[in-house]
Amino acid sequence: MSSHHALTARRRQAYLFLAPSLIILLLVAAWPLARTFWFSFTDATLSLDNVSWVGLSNFKNVLQDGDWWTSVYNTLYFTLISVSLETVLGLGIALLLHKSFAGRSLLRTAVMVPWAIPTVVSAKMWSWMFHDLYGVINDLLMKVGFISAPIAWMADAQLSRMAIIFVDVWKTTPFMTLLLLAGLQSIPTQVYQSAAVDGASAFRTFWKITLPLLKPALVVAVIFRCLDALRIFDLVYVMTSNSRETSTMSVYARENMIDFQDLGYGSAVSVLIFGFIAIFTVVYVMGSRVNLVGGSSEKVSN
Amino acid sequence: MSTIFRKFHHLKEKLFLLALIATTVSSALAKDKNSISIACGAVGTEYEFCKSATQAWSKKSGIPVELVSTPNDTNQKLALFQQLLSAKSDDIDVFMVDVIWPGVLHEHFLDLNGKIPADEKSAHFKNLVDNNTVKGRFVALPWYVDTGLMYYRKDLLKKYGLSAPQTWAELTSAAQKIQDGERKSNPKFVGYVFQGKAYEGLTCNAIEWTTSFGGNTFVEADGKVNANTPANIKALETALSWIGTIAPGGVLNYAEEEARGVFQSGGAAFMRNWPYAWQLANAKDSPVSGKVGVLPIPKGGENGSHSPILGGWHLAVSKYSTKAKAAVELALYLTSEAVQKERLLKGGFFPTRKSLYKNSTLLKDNPVFTVLGQSLDSAAARPSRSTGSNYNRVSNEIWNATFSVLSKKKSPKESLEDLDKKLNRISHGGKWK
Repeated sequence: MSSHHALTARRRQAYLFLAPSLIILLLVAAWPLARTFWFSFTDATLSLDNVSWVGLSNFKNVLQDGDWWTSVYNTLYFTLISVSLETVLGLGIALLLHKSFAGRSLLRTAVMVPWAIPTVVSAKMWSWMFHDLYGVINDLLMKVGFISAPIAWMADAQLSRMAIIFVDVWKTTPFMTLLLLAGLQSIPTQVYQSAAVDGASAFRTFWKITLPLLKPALVVAVIFRCLDALRIFDLVYVMTSNSRETSTMSVYARENMIDFQDLGYGSAVSVLIFGFIAIFTVVYVMGSRVNLVGGSSEKVSN
Repeated sequence: MSTIFRKFHHLKEKLFLLALIATTVSSALAKDKNSISIACGAVGTEYEFCKSATQAWSKKSGIPVELVSTPNDTNQKLALFQQLLSAKSDDIDVFMVDVIWPGVLHEHFLDLNGKIPADEKSAHFKNLVDNNTVKGRFVALPWYVDTGLMYYRKDLLKKYGLSAPQTWAELTSAAQKIQDGERKSNPKFVGYVFQGKAYEGLTCNAIEWTTSFGGNTFVEADGKVNANTPANIKALETALSWIGTIAPGGVLNYAEEEARGVFQSGGAAFMRNWPYAWQLANAKDSPVSGKVGVLPIPKGGENGSHSPILGGWHLAVSKYSTKAKAAVELALYLTSEAVQKERLLKGGFFPTRKSLYKNSTLLKDNPVFTVLGQSLDSAAARPSRSTGSNYNRVSNEIWNATFSVLSKKKSPKESLEDLDKKLNRISHGGKWK
């Protein structure tokens, strides 16, 4: 009886401690989200005068707009390619940095530099470097002799998509590396020692030990990157501005909401993006069969 | 125990830090109750000039003035102003507004009729005053004008024995000839650069092309959508022919500064840009200093016209200002003849007052001034008044339609047909709200 009593008291205490963060979450996440949902069914403009209910017509218009589907395609293309490249490169660099060698800690710090630069700054910096006539990239390529005439990196939709992916990979591979390095460090060395005693090859060790034991960290790192990549805005906006050919879902939403002041339509787009990412996350988490939530098996005992 | 104490100690430090941040932020936000805040210019000379002129007024009137920094990009600036004004905020009293904004923002601005001296309106160019009059309300005082100008390299034209081009066809062949010659020593040299990036600047270029060929501004003055016309198609075909020949493929991502970067470093024979580039191109550290001339935007053909786009910035007073009287005084001072003259001489900002264009000493010193004075009467206005609050969307459709032609995604005819459809859909058949 008394233990039951103590448990309830503990629970109450736990809720008390959680309350401030829950209230803040409700204020900064749930409330704006609810308002966005509400606006998506109205014809509201940013001035919020004469708002009236329009039902599903915003959603119907978004889904009928070819530009929306272009931006969905661009976002998926960007996410797939950039996250794949970042994962492979991040894993490779993490494996290298996991080995002990002189100057390792210095190098570990150095690889973080691109991640530490604000995205807008690196986007601007790279778009200058990609400039076709006075950019350093064309200059180098021409000096080496790879190309004979300057390439217009940021003008052609296909090339600028590649350039955007390149800059994103440059910027976020360190993030991937860091997460995977942390994962690698949590693998006990004894496992490797016994593998070495059994005479396993380096590849077999990687395939049978490192990768399976790294999987939880890998899954978390990939979902973080995917969620981020699906919302990509800053790089695209700074590097290619308002071009429809490279716009992403977030760029499309902002254009309607801010540039056109169409809060209702923009909210409908935001709701679609929200739903899109939510479904993606659920499918991914279920598909990866890794317990990301944690704690569900550890019930409060004694 | 000791860890708990340490944690507590850390907490105290953090709280102290938080308090410090809070006080700094609140003191930064708190503004002097009597001061007027003005958003004029974001960077460079424009900001500096605004600062010195407002300080001069401040000294005279005894009212402190605060400058509010805004984004440099026109579209972003408008988005910010729209958000501020939609919230009926009194944070900014005087706004520097683009020539295309009165149609979008007019309901948030004070009607200056009756609040300014009677002869004030007639002192400025009529098309500017008309532009700033929406539904009978005069909402902004003209401050300076901008129009498109064609910059060219005098030395190169002479070197290849060419005369200054008057039509696009002449410009094309001159640019091609210079490019062919210069490429021998500089493989990156190009004939012509302009603003081809998908943004407001491309709308300006596109309208200069169409109107110079006798076409229209895609939406007629009465609001009728009429993009797909033979003259408009001809104009876009001409522009398309430049991409990859006299203009680099990269021009599709050039705004003003990227174009100037190429031209000023000596990499192009012709450049379309605004008057601001004149002083910079002729600055001491400019590689092309003294070799640059300016021309009006070329005509479409013998029967076409020189029709540079009308640009410029004006001063409007917020309806939500609590110090409207002083704010109007400040706007009047900044747009006065003395200040406009000083801004012309020191910064190259072109006045909106007719009297200054009759001043022969001013005319002599600045060739841009002459070209500009001639161009102002035939300048083309963007369809901002006819499309009102929808202008942003209309301009967006225009630049995207033009961009898909220049990037060879659609033919001019296809693209203009689609533009017609889109504009009709936005306006419900030409009935703009």
